[in-house]
Amino acid sequence: MRSFAYVSAPDVATAVRAIASEPRAKFIGGGTNLVDLMREDIEQPETVVDISGIALTGVEELPGGGLRIGALVRNSHLATHPLVRSRYPVLAQAILTGASAQLRNMATVGGNLLQRTRCPYFYDLAAACNKREPGSGCDALGGFTRNHAVLGASESCIATHPSDMCVALAALDAVVEVESVRGVRRIPLVGFHRLPGDSPHVETEIAADEMVTAVELPALPVAATSRYRKVRDRASFAFALVSVAAALEVRDGTVAAVRLALGGVAAKPWRAHEAERLLLGAAPTEESFRLAAAAELAPAVAQPHNTFKIELAQRSIVAVFRQLLAEGGAA
Amino acid sequence: MRVNGAVRSLEVEPRVSLLDALRDHLGLTGTKKGCNQGACGACTVLVDGERINSCLALAVQYAGREVVTIEGVAADGQAHPLQEAFIRNDGFQCGYCTSGQICSAIGMLAEHRAGVPSAVTEHLAADVELSAAEIRERMSGNLCRCGAYNGIVESIQDVASGDPGDHDVPETVR
Ligand code: FES
Ligand code: FES
Repeated sequence: MRSFAYVSAPDVATAVRAIASEPRAKFIGGGTNLVDLMREDIEQPETVVDISGIALTGVEELPGGGLRIGALVRNSHLATHPLVRSRYPVLAQAILTGASAQLRNMATVGGNLLQRTRCPYFYDLAAACNKREPGSGCDALGGFTRNHAVLGASESCIATHPSDMCVALAALDAVVEVESVRGVRRIPLVGFHRLPGDSPHVETEIAADEMVTAVELPALPVAATSRYRKVRDRASFAFALVSVAAALEVRDGTVAAVRLALGGVAAKPWRAHEAERLLLGAAPTEESFRLAAAAELAPAVAQPHNTFKIELAQRSIVAVFRQLLAEGGAA
Repeated sequence: MRVNGAVRSLEVEPRVSLLDALRDHLGLTGTKKGCNQGACGACTVLVDGERINSCLALAVQYAGREVVTIEGVAADGQAHPLQEAFIRNDGFQCGYCTSGQICSAIGMLAEHRAGVPSAVTEHLAADVELSAAEIRERMSGNLCRCGAYNGIVESIQDVASGDPGDHDVPETVR
């Protein structure tokens, strides 16, 4: 690993000042992604600003029933929090299916939002990658594409976003709070990550001098009946081929509220607006679930090795809704 | 930082991992380097009682913390119950993953006592019984290339149930 200067920031004001004055600086929280990328020589910060000692580690109830989650809350602590488990089970489940217990104990909420793709061509310095080196091309195209995107990809990049947590946050209408010397901004999670277009190296809406300080969840009664399902190549400790975060509330025989997001299929956690639109007010039948899933995946474009994802995503959506219905999505 | 109960001061470059600091600077070679990228768990140590991958930790970030490695799990010359159980149940073959497995299992049992759920926990609200499936899921961050998983799971079950165990005879023979 290249050497770098190390600065430990005791509070947000110091952290954002440090990053503003040093263009080649990076924040470090749990380090689970950044240390690996620095060792691989993919990230080459000249200064690393350590924010892991900042007191952004609380999970607080907001007036009205939402939650405010500090950016430095560790993934394991968030998944264990009683209010997350009872009000947003999909979030606890999503986090628990991600990585390993050791990594969840280290990784922070802010770092999880900002983690980079695990596309093997992004990691391989000998391969062309527009994300790593803009304009160099994409060796994933025409390469081994089992894990790549089927929605929202471009000619420049077909990588997927690796997070499970973010898929649940997308379904839950989460809002990300970021801060810099210029002030505080709030960005809806569904708009936080970007599709690749012709600039896949720009992955999020956050500016280089901004720091994630919190994630807020609105009060969302439908989330009490929610679930995360992850399909992967081995039973544990693997990234998703396809994942589904869903919440369902049925009243008087029709869908009264619904939330749906997909993971493993795009460069961002994919909020399934089209499927939600079709389901809202419809009868909660196998047929409606299937039609909604098909409509959401209609624009999907497969690569040679991941055609199966389009069908797998639809079946996974139907399976999760079926389960939610059986579990009491019907009131 | 405190390592295995004793204050150890060391000066390292910011890029030195906690794993390399323990092994190369403090001479504590019980903690192993497998993948050096967070995938195998061989480097697992306990920090303030929680298990982490020391290969992805920068040592500077852990100044002042309480680190326990495999060298620190025995008390008063008495092997840790998990160490004894691993011997009894053939919880290893080459032994390379073992220090990580044992530190990880200590952290995992503490998580379970604190009510932490896992990905295979059906009801997030309920108390979880530590079944073999729960143990396998909770230990999935520790790979064993010798495939000693059955013995590892039995060892952890023994200790979790407070049963000294009597698995001297392999299950297949009994
Ligand atoms: S050496 Fe740290 S996880 Fe493999
Ligand atoms: S005992 Fe050899 S790797 Fe586990």
